[in-house]
Amino acid sequence: MPGGGLPARMLELADALREEGLAVGTSELLDSFAALQLVEWTDQEDFREALATTLAKSPEDRRVFELVFDRFFFRAAEREAIEQGITEGDSADRSDGGEFDPDQLREAIRQAVRDGSDSELRDMARLAIAAFGRQGEGSGVIGVDVQRIRRTLGLKGEGRPVEGAEPDPDAVPRERLREFERHLRRELERQMIERTQSLPPSRPLQEFDRALPSGPLQDLAAVHRVVAQLKRRLATQGREQRGHTRGAAVDVRATMRASLETGGVPLRIKHRPKRPRRPELFVLCDVSTSVTSSSVFFLSVLHALHDAFRKLRTFVFVERISEVTEVFERERSFAAVSRAIATDAGVADVSGYTDYGRVWLEFHEQVADDLDPRSTVIVMGDARTNGREPYAQAFADLAENAGRMFWLNPEPKLYWNYGDSVMQAYEPFCDAVFECWTTRQLDDFVKALTAKHPHAA
Amino acid sequence: MKGEPQSVEEVRDGLEGAGYLADESTALVAFLAERLGKPILVEGPAGVGKTELAKALSRATERKLIRLQCYEGLDEAKALYEWNYRKQLLRIQTESREAGWDEVSDDIFSNEFLLERPLLRAISATEPVVLLIDEIDKTDQEFEAMLLEVLSDFQISIPELGVIEASSRPIVLLTSNNSRELTEALKRRCLYLWLDYPDAERELEIVRLHAPDLPEAVGKRLVEVIQMVRDLDLRKPPSIAESIDWARALILLGAEDIDRAMLEQTMSIIVKHRTDLDLVAERAGVKLAGGLLGSAAERG
Repeated sequence: MPGGGLPARMLELADALREEGLAVGTSELLDSFAALQLVEWTDQEDFREALATTLAKSPEDRRVFELVFDRFFFRAAEREAIEQGITEGDSADRSDGGEFDPDQLREAIRQAVRDGSDSELRDMARLAIAAFGRQGEGSGVIGVDVQRIRRTLGLKGEGRPVEGAEPDPDAVPRERLREFERHLRRELERQMIERTQSLPPSRPLQEFDRALPSGPLQDLAAVHRVVAQLKRRLATQGREQRGHTRGAAVDVRATMRASLETGGVPLRIKHRPKRPRRPELFVLCDVSTSVTSSSVFFLSVLHALHDAFRKLRTFVFVERISEVTEVFERERSFAAVSRAIATDAGVADVSGYTDYGRVWLEFHEQVADDLDPRSTVIVMGDARTNGREPYAQAFADLAENAGRMFWLNPEPKLYWNYGDSVMQAYEPFCDAVFECWTTRQLDDFVKALTAKHPHAA
Repeated sequence: MKGEPQSVEEVRDGLEGAGYLADESTALVAFLAERLGKPILVEGPAGVGKTELAKALSRATERKLIRLQCYEGLDEAKALYEWNYRKQLLRIQTESREAGWDEVSDDIFSNEFLLERPLLRAISATEPVVLLIDEIDKTDQEFEAMLLEVLSDFQISIPELGVIEASSRPIVLLTSNNSRELTEALKRRCLYLWLDYPDAERELEIVRLHAPDLPEAVGKRLVEVIQMVRDLDLRKPPSIAESIDWARALILLGAEDIDRAMLEQTMSIIVKHRTDLDLVAERAGVKLAGGLLGSAAERG
């Protein structure tokens, strides 16, 4: 092991964490050193927790920290082992696994996966490798070997509980299974390092690893967070303009009245006060098949918007347009909303292909009178008209009537105006257009919305 | 008032004595916070016992708890200090004729006319205290920035009086429901603790601690139902406090078991939205009736 002892190791760990995007500053490092002075290093849990509490400061960071921590100290230990020429030396024991009755071993492993402790799991992982893994001649890809051993053991994760159906007695909890696979992976890696006497290059974590395990729900929460921010920004927008008279319109009446004090000479110019914008939102969302993948995202945005704004009218469209404000107001759960929209919004007419031109005409007919300079229109769609007339003029009229017009396009910018996308026909009439298919981009939209002050002039 | 704890176990035992079952990381972070004098930032879903942790800490360390409840629009006047201007006015009116301005102005900017708000109270306290800054995510970023001085140096500067420094370091807990991202600067100054809902075993211990009269079988069943309900996609999942409330209610009702009827009668204790109630009645009810949970309990 290269010299420097613990402080050097810690700096390396901090570097590894920084590479994965954690903001580990000097002050965090100093804190972690101070914390380590107080806990027993021999207790791995305490050691890990002390570092985590000082270095990782959000649930996401914590997750990345766990992964990096494991990888880092595993590698450090293995490197040490290679340098000192230590091997496990239990290869003799390992072959014993073959003498086990395989079925008995399977049952023991399943039991351990269900409710064994961490170290039991690790022992079982070793046994499993000894018994079922092919000694020294794995496929060379650890992931493949892990899955092969898992299949040989007949382990499968529990599915979603189905009402009325008996749970599969053979299935084991998903989390535990993943834990067991982790041990398998680790043991296989260790054996490979021992065989080859060298460390494989360390890989950066993949997006898949670092995501928190829960998936879509988490996304929904993230969308809600961004939308909550959007709400606050929209609500306070314009307030920072208060007190600034530059560029404000002169209020002739008030100026005349003030001039009475000075004998009719308008010494003091009165300006019209700038009123904060009362957001009034119209959201149009494309729910056709061409945007299927993003419509879940868009619907969750709509869902969150409805939680945040009272004056919000929502429309979905494919060939025709349909107001679904009520659906969102009535239904609390996200699933119910998607179902209601899918079944009875009545937006697909004949072909099921989006017809933006017709949508503008219909929208114009239905709500043009309700639009005024205070209203904000947000369109979410890919602007793919399937070769039909875009009716850009109708869209321009809408943009004219509305105070602001934004377009969120779920496609990467590269694909805009390619094929039947007519983004360029609409773009000139929008205050801004955004590429938007992740919460991060949604966040960008929210930021741009406030940074620009479109009505500052 | 106790001295500094010597080990993590001591802190855990202390917390347990105060009626709070801390897990390994909670006890460790509390221990580090006391020894390092750093604030703890506690995040987690609503109802996992973030606020309770502060209360338990104050009981365990025999320190007074000072609580600052944050809300949107909370400002320095409500968090730090404010001059009691009515009293100042009275003072000026009663004596201004005889006294000169210098004398009066020295006088009206003294401790007597100062309204101490929680932060100043925590800093100026002679006895060490536990300061709880609850739901920090509800305030705006400007307020966070102001907190930085308090949290890193434990001092408050009042222009008319000078700098007030803490005579002893308070234990500071900040809680957040993660409704907005806190600034890096604030996080940097804190130890971070993520509290999540406890697993079934721990929750059972917690319920037993607070409702010792609950029959063993009912307790187990209760925790199972609660854990299952939390897995449903609810607007507001039941908190730990609510499971304790439920346990106490079941004791009052003399429940021997939680069956479908019992759940439907008492469900409003753990779930508090109409749509959630429907969902729970539908899902949990089916399971209880079908005996799926029962068989799981026997297996466990």
